[in-house]
Parts: sequence; structure tokens; C-alpha cells
Amino acid sequence: MSDKIIDARGRSCPEPVIMTKNALENVGDGTVKVMVDATVAVENIKRFAVNSGFNVKVNENEEDFILTIRR
Amino acid sequence: MNSSKGKMIATGGIIGLISAILVRFGNPVNMGVCVACFFRDIAGGLGLHRAAVVQYLRPEISGFILGSFGMAKLKGDYKARGGSSPVIRFILGFFLMVGALVFLGCPLRMILRLANGDLNAVTGLVGYVVGIYIGIQFLKMGFTLGKSTSAPQAAGYTMPILAVAIIVLLLAAPTFIFFSESGPGSMAAPWLLSLGAGLLIGGLLQRTRLCTAGGFRDAILIKDFHYMFGLIGIFAFALLGNLIFNFEAFKIGFVGQPIAHNAHLWNFLGMALAGITAVLLGGCPLRQTILAGEGDTDAVITIFGLMAGAAFAHNFGLAASPQGVGLNGKIAVMVGFVVVIAIGFSVVASVKKERASRLMKDQGGAVNVG
Repeated sequence: MSDKIIDARGRSCPEPVIMTKNALENVGDGTVKVMVDATVAVENIKRFAVNSGFNVKVNENEEDFILTIRR
Repeated sequence: MNSSKGKMIATGGIIGLISAILVRFGNPVNMGVCVACFFRDIAGGLGLHRAAVVQYLRPEISGFILGSFGMAKLKGDYKARGGSSPVIRFILGFFLMVGALVFLGCPLRMILRLANGDLNAVTGLVGYVVGIYIGIQFLKMGFTLGKSTSAPQAAGYTMPILAVAIIVLLLAAPTFIFFSESGPGSMAAPWLLSLGAGLLIGGLLQRTRLCTAGGFRDAILIKDFHYMFGLIGIFAFALLGNLIFNFEAFKIGFVGQPIAHNAHLWNFLGMALAGITAVLLGGCPLRQTILAGEGDTDAVITIFGLMAGAAFAHNFGLAASPQGVGLNGKIAVMVGFVVVIAIGFSVVASVKKERASRLMKDQGGAVNVG
């Protein structure tokens, strides 16, 4: 069980999705938390993760968003 | 899933229909909306180049920016930000424009040309997809333009203010602004219609984030066809719109197409250059324009690069014409490939070096602790 935290704040399209994709590759039963600061990144990551069979929870934290992704 | 697919097709559909309507009301054929051509026309209108046939302050562009700005403000998406490799973005924007002007149109116009039977756009499309594929390889190797951070409010308002200034200059028409008397620059829908169309498209694209590069990139990279449905919508409804509103201009073939040439190799290479640069920049010219309205100053720099590219393209005779591509344009495209690929490898090398040194530092730290 491994938990990973990815900081994709300030990254332009499609880097947050690629970073998430790489992190999810060996996640097993663990959790990946992704920090982003743009709603477009939230939408893109969420769509990618859900289409890949993961569950996504989004928390808004002042100016940032934290996506919690797990199987 | 299905509703999002429908939303994207509808978004694209509105853009396609509006493009056909703008042609009906005076915009050049197959150029209802063309982001590269319109920035080129604005550069000409401001006198940054002196190609007399492509000078006009296109209100559609102001509309895209202000529509995006207004929508972003309304929805809380507006945020002044920047500082992610501005110089590299400028250079990539410059060569994106060179590629687009050798093909004669941005990726959006490529779809519109396709929707009016211009088969040269098929060659361009293949080039665009190949360029995007090459750009993706750089992304996979770790290419990044780095993080952006918050920017001063004043920086975020650059593009919206410029957009207003363009409309003011268009209406005031002072003598230092150039307006084409013949050629594509002289063909324009009434300004209010153009501005309204731009506002609608700008607002819509701010919400849906549609991007011509993103459509192909995501389909190839992560098998996500979300944006691709938007592109299909543009094509399908521009085709429908052209058949309804501009039937006399509809023609399938390679020869005699409006504001197009059939130098196949250069149509291919021009769009391939546009494809690589658009992926490395994180979005096509249309998307950059929308981002610039949302306060993204990196997109503003990209647009300045596009405009500089357009100015040079016409001052140095790099841009193609319906007669074909001149020697200067061919050289510029080749130089563009060399520069862009060199930037790609150089950024990848720096990223790898930084990662290695960070790893070494981490391991060093571990040893010390142990």
C-alpha cells in the first residue's frame, strides 16, 4: 500500500494528467493525491482517472484543489 | 459521459455554424474564424507588416478574449498567472505562426477548409497529427515549460485591455491603422456581428476548454476523445452551415480552393510544425487566446510570439500565397523544425539533469542520516 502526493500546481496542459497517469501506474491499492490550481486540470484529471476505473474525490483548499484518487 | 460528449459536439457545432454565417456576411471563404489569420490581420492593421491585402483589426479576436475574460470572471476561473518559460513560449508561438502561414491557416481554419471541400486541408491534417505525435514524444520524455505562479493583477488584464483597444481603434479608424482595400483583409462581416460571434465563442470555449491540439493529443496520449468530439462538431456543423449559407462556394478538390495552395509537402510540413509547437505550448492558437483572456500571461506571451511571427512572415516573404510557397517560407519552416526540436531536446536534457541531481541530493541526505 503506497500513497503518493503529486504537486501539479502551475503546470500547463496536459502535464497534470501525465503526472497523474504516471503516478497511477503502480499505485495498487494505494492512494494518489494530486494538487492542482486550475479547474481545467481538475476536470481533465478527473475524466482521465474515472475513465481508467478509479474513484476521485475533489477538495477545494483556498486557491488549490486536491484530488484524492483510489481504486 | 454521454452528456459531456453532447456538450462538446454542440460547442464545436456552434463554432462551425458561426463560421459559416460569418462567411455569409462577408468574412473570406473558409475563414469564418481563423485565429492565425486574424492575428496576422491585426498585426497588419497595426502596421507591424505591410502586406496590403491582409490588414484589418478583426473584432472576432477581441470577442474571444473578452468572452473568455467575462466568463472566467463570472465562474471564478480568472487568475493572473505566468512565469513559465516566457521566452521559449514566444519562440514556439513565432514558429507556430510561420507553420500556419505556410499552410495558410491555423488548425481551426484547417477544419473549416476541410468542411468546405478543400482537400489540401487533408494533407495539412495529416501533418498536424504527425506534429502532435512528435510533440507527445517530447512530453513522454518529460518536456515541461515549468510551473507558472501568481502574477500581478495588471499583467492579467493585458489581453482584455488590448482587446478593448483593438475595438476602439477599429471604430475610430485613425490614419495610422491600416485597412486592406482588396484581398482577404478587405473581406469582413459587420463588426458588431463579428464581435458578438467572438464573445459567444470566447465564453463557450472558456467553459468547455476545447482545443484543436488537445483533441488529437488526448486521443493519442490517453485515449480520451472528449475534445475530439468538439472537433467533429466543428467539422460537421461547418459543413452543414456551408451547404446552407454558402452553397455556391462549396467545392471538393485540391485545385482552385480559396486562400489555399496545393504544394502538398509544404501543407504537410507547415501544419506538422504547428502541431509540434501547439503540443509543447499546451494548446493551439485558439486555446491560447482563451487562456490569455483568463489571466494566463504565458498565453499572452505566446500570442505576442504569434503576432511577431505573422509580422516577420509577411515582411520577409515567408507566408505562402495561393500561388504556393516561396523559398523563404520553405527555409523558415526548416529552420522552425530545427529550432523547435532543439528546444525540445534541450528542455528534456535539463529536466533529466535536474531530476538526477535531486535524486543524488536525496540519496546523499539518506546516507548522512544513516
